[in-house]
Amino acid sequence: MKDITYAAPKTIADAAALLNDKGDRARILAGGTDIIVQVREGRRDIDALVDIKHITEVNELTCDPTKGLVIGAAVPCCLIYENKAIAKAYPGLIDAVSLIGGIQIQSRASLGGNLCNGSPAADGIPVLIAMEAVCDIAGSKGTRSVPVEQFCTAPGKTVLQRGEFLIRFRIQAPKKQSGAAYLRFIPRNEMDIAVVGAGVSIQFDAAKSKCTAARIALAAVAPTPLLVAEAGAALVGTSLDDASIAKAAALAQAAAKPISDMRGDADYRRHLVGVLVKRALAIAIERAKS
Amino acid sequence: MTKKLHIICSINGQSAEFLCEPRNSLLEALRDELKLTGAKEGCNNGNCGACNVLLDGRLVNSCLVMAAEVEGKSVTTIEGISSKNGLHPIQQCFLEGAALQCGICTPGFIVAAKALLDKNPHPTEHEARHFLAGNLCRCTGYDKIIRAVLEAAECGAKK
Ligand SMILES: Cc1cc2nc3c(=O)[nH]c(=O)nc-3n(C[C@H](O)[C@H](O)[C@H](O)COP(=O)(O)OP(=O)(O)OC[C@H]3O[C@@H](n4cnc5c(N)ncnc54)[C@H](O)[C@@H]3O)c2cc1C
Ligand code: FES
Ligand code: FES
Repeated sequence: MKDITYAAPKTIADAAALLNDKGDRARILAGGTDIIVQVREGRRDIDALVDIKHITEVNELTCDPTKGLVIGAAVPCCLIYENKAIAKAYPGLIDAVSLIGGIQIQSRASLGGNLCNGSPAADGIPVLIAMEAVCDIAGSKGTRSVPVEQFCTAPGKTVLQRGEFLIRFRIQAPKKQSGAAYLRFIPRNEMDIAVVGAGVSIQFDAAKSKCTAARIALAAVAPTPLLVAEAGAALVGTSLDDASIAKAAALAQAAAKPISDMRGDADYRRHLVGVLVKRALAIAIERAKS
Repeated sequence: MTKKLHIICSINGQSAEFLCEPRNSLLEALRDELKLTGAKEGCNNGNCGACNVLLDGRLVNSCLVMAAEVEGKSVTTIEGISSKNGLHPIQQCFLEGAALQCGICTPGFIVAAKALLDKNPHPTEHEARHFLAGNLCRCTGYDKIIRAVLEAAECGAKK
């Protein structure tokens, strides 16, 4: 690896000052499962790694039945899926964090890194979007909040400005009669990059007969993780019957703008969008009803 | 050249200190500074598991940990798996079951299997295969390796 410096600030202010000082010559080190490989292979040219794991706020993980879920940006996947309260209240999130890499990766990989790396194929992101997660960002000039679906702007690019970094995700308390799910397709069972991923969430009314809200988001079919608002909207007011689900899946397919690469060509990806959206909805419905 | 960092941590249950450059991985520090060459460099990008160690009890790829990050932490390498009474049952079962050929993947598999059995002493075959999916072997094939791990679980149960 090229010569770099390593710093481990203990406060948000110190980290922001460092990032502000060095601009794009510095990158944050969370779990390191993307950044260490990129720097080693010369795919990111930087001078400094800023390890944020000594900052209290980015390690927070709290699940409160009324206030909802707070996931610090650097919390590794393993702590999320080992948390019984989260596993019970947010099974859709567990779908995602338990399929990022293998056990070794999950010991380190964070959702913050998953998002800030800016990959359109990141597995953690569609379900966060489906669940309306919000990002809290801190910087040398103060803090701001951005919905997850607005965070990535292009492959490898995000809304973060000089000196800014992600502190946490906030997710609302799960409502009754709601459910979420994430599915991805890869050619083998684990350890590969998504060909397509689909994250969905749905909400039933009290009688569990009508859908009152729905969101559908996709991975690996556009330059950024993609919220397909019209696909979710098509489900609202329906009984989530097969015909409505088929319509939503078709809208998701129409919104997908996949590329062709060695993992699959564009038509194949579009086909997979339909399959995964339908299957993920079936799981989310089941969860909402149970 | 950047100034070297002085890192104090615990390695295999003993306090240890070493010097590293900020750009060094934990794998490099273990092998080149501490001469603990059990952990292997296979891919150097997180895919093969040959460099596996336990960091504060968690299974990690030491090629994807910066050496500077282990300040104050505890590291267990393959060298810390056996005891003075002899090989760990996992190691014994790998030997007896011929679960290795060239041996490059073996330290990683054994450390990973230790992490598995610490967490789940009686894994099903499916659970063992799933847990070890981040460890690659290019010569033995996985059947013998999985069998050795399940055998070790059974030995543990008998003890
Ligand atoms: C073998 C292997 C398998 C993998 N499998 C998968 C997979 O199945 N699915 C998947 O989605 N990904 C996978 N990945 C990619 C990677 O593990 C994930 O993207 C992971 O979530 C990254 O998190 P991290 O904490 O390791 O990030 P890091 O590598 O620490 O950081 C990633 C990027 O985000 C920036 N960053 C991190 N935190 C912040 C912050 N708080 N604020 C601002 N910027 C920040 C860093 O500077 C860096 O550019 C895999 C990687 C490997 C090596
Ligand atoms: S050398 Fe670390 S995972 Fe292959
Ligand atoms: S024994 Fe050679 S790689 Fe596994």
